Amino acid sequence: MAFQTVVPRPEAQLKALPPAAAKMSIRKLDFFYGKFQGLKDINLEIGERQVTAFIGPSGCGKSTLLRTLNRMYSLYPGQRAVGDIQFNGQNILAPGVDLNMLRAKVGMVFQKPTPFPMSIYDNIAFGVSLYETLSSRQMDERVEWALTKAAMWDEAKDKLKQSGMALSGGQQQRLCIARAVAVQPEMLLLDEPTSALDPISTAKIEELITELKQDYTVAIVTHNMQQAARVSDFTAYMYLGELIEFGATDSIFVKPARRETEDYITGRFG
Amino acid sequence: MATEMSTTQANTTALAQATSPLYRRRLRTNRINLILSMAAMAFGMAFLLWILIVLFGKGFAALSPTLFTQMTPPPGSEGGLANAIFGSVVIVAAATFISTPIGILAGIYLAEFGKDGWVARVTRFINDILLSAPSIVIGLFVYTVYVAPVQHFSGWAGSVALALIAVPVVVRTTENMLHLVPVSLREAAVALGAPMWKVILMVTLRAVRGGVITGILLAVARVSGETAPLLFTALNNQFWSGNMNAPMANLPVVIFQFAMSPYEDWKALAWAAALLITLTVLVLNILARTLFHQSSTR
Repeated sequence: MAFQTVVPRPEAQLKALPPAAAKMSIRKLDFFYGKFQGLKDINLEIGERQVTAFIGPSGCGKSTLLRTLNRMYSLYPGQRAVGDIQFNGQNILAPGVDLNMLRAKVGMVFQKPTPFPMSIYDNIAFGVSLYETLSSRQMDERVEWALTKAAMWDEAKDKLKQSGMALSGGQQQRLCIARAVAVQPEMLLLDEPTSALDPISTAKIEELITELKQDYTVAIVTHNMQQAARVSDFTAYMYLGELIEFGATDSIFVKPARRETEDYITGRFG
Repeated sequence: MATEMSTTQANTTALAQATSPLYRRRLRTNRINLILSMAAMAFGMAFLLWILIVLFGKGFAALSPTLFTQMTPPPGSEGGLANAIFGSVVIVAAATFISTPIGILAGIYLAEFGKDGWVARVTRFINDILLSAPSIVIGLFVYTVYVAPVQHFSGWAGSVALALIAVPVVVRTTENMLHLVPVSLREAAVALGAPMWKVILMVTLRAVRGGVITGILLAVARVSGETAPLLFTALNNQFWSGNMNAPMANLPVVIFQFAMSPYEDWKALAWAAALLITLTVLVLNILARTLFHQSSTR
């Protein structure tokens, strides 16, 4: 694909449109932790039903960027974002946005598995019952559907009443993905979803991400470059709060346009 | 073989360094401090054991089934502690029901909403003062604002006084427990679009319910031996009374009155009452520990 590999920032980033329609468009995004600026003028489009990966060294702002996409940072008074993030025709950074509704549409899975202190079934039903009134039969179906989506059904079907905390790390993480999928969001944010897992669980979750792409828009932050190369359609390389390069994953990994990106990808960084 | 040789060599150099004067001085300081702290512990333990030995010695002799069936007697006649046991249970239970919701809600406010705001900081400061307030002051306070205006002692007044002592304990433990909930768990619930109250009620509070219950049990244990506040509020009652609006018998005040009397049978009853309270506190503490242990290992 001759499509956009060279992306000098920031003006040219605007041209870095993914082939599919954009699910989320980020324009001139700045982010502040108190006085410290964590993100500088980020411009980026996240394609619908595509997997977009964010890579870069620790502290480069990739998690921060992910946490602006569902306004998770709003939990903390000292943090604020300035700019424009268009999602479903609305700037989600604007005041007065219904954050609970936004988060119901933009799900998130975290680095460490975070099962709630309740049964496997209730872990999934919790989120669903927030926005939908389902009969118990419909809820059963939804739980099965979500667990199947997360490749967990066979392992979990006989212990739905057991505590979610009793599962192994990899199972817990898939339960968390099932929980996020169960509310049927439009987009999923994965913040280093496999960094606390063993290689087998990691492989399962990577397979899962490829599956999820059929129905959802996925944004994933990862420290693992092979993972970015395996699962994503588009990759963004970030450094010190800036978006250095963004483009099709193939071209980024095979022929990065910028020297910094190449250094990082080839391990010559720092 | 070669590697074995080199490790032995490394070991001997390490040992040579170990006998340097600086290292020996550190060893000596360590030993002295260890001895001092062991002595301090032995000192404390000795007194605790002494108390327990005396208590069990005198209390066991006075234990009998009639304790639970007969009323506190006038001097010189047979009797038990039934009315005082019942009164204590009722007063402490009412105090628990008053203090638990207030304490948990205040703890939630401090941990989840107030955080480092000035309201929370002032509340925390006042709570700490209340936590260490002499219980006799609390008793006098309830006497002034409750007992004096209604012009009679009552079980309710006793419960209110005990609740005032229990609330800061529950507030403190609830807040501390909620601080133990990993941020990631809270964020995970928020990320599903759950409103804050649901996050707290269904996820964070549930995650630490063992610890919160432990706090409540410890508050109950703390409160169940309090005497001073009850002297000014519930006072005492010679007879069986379930009326919370009237003076009510209770173990601590019975101990206070009977132990200071010149009558041998009253003194024996006081020892029995003291033993009962101690055993109750012991059981509550063990219960609290097992509960906390269970919830923290799961």
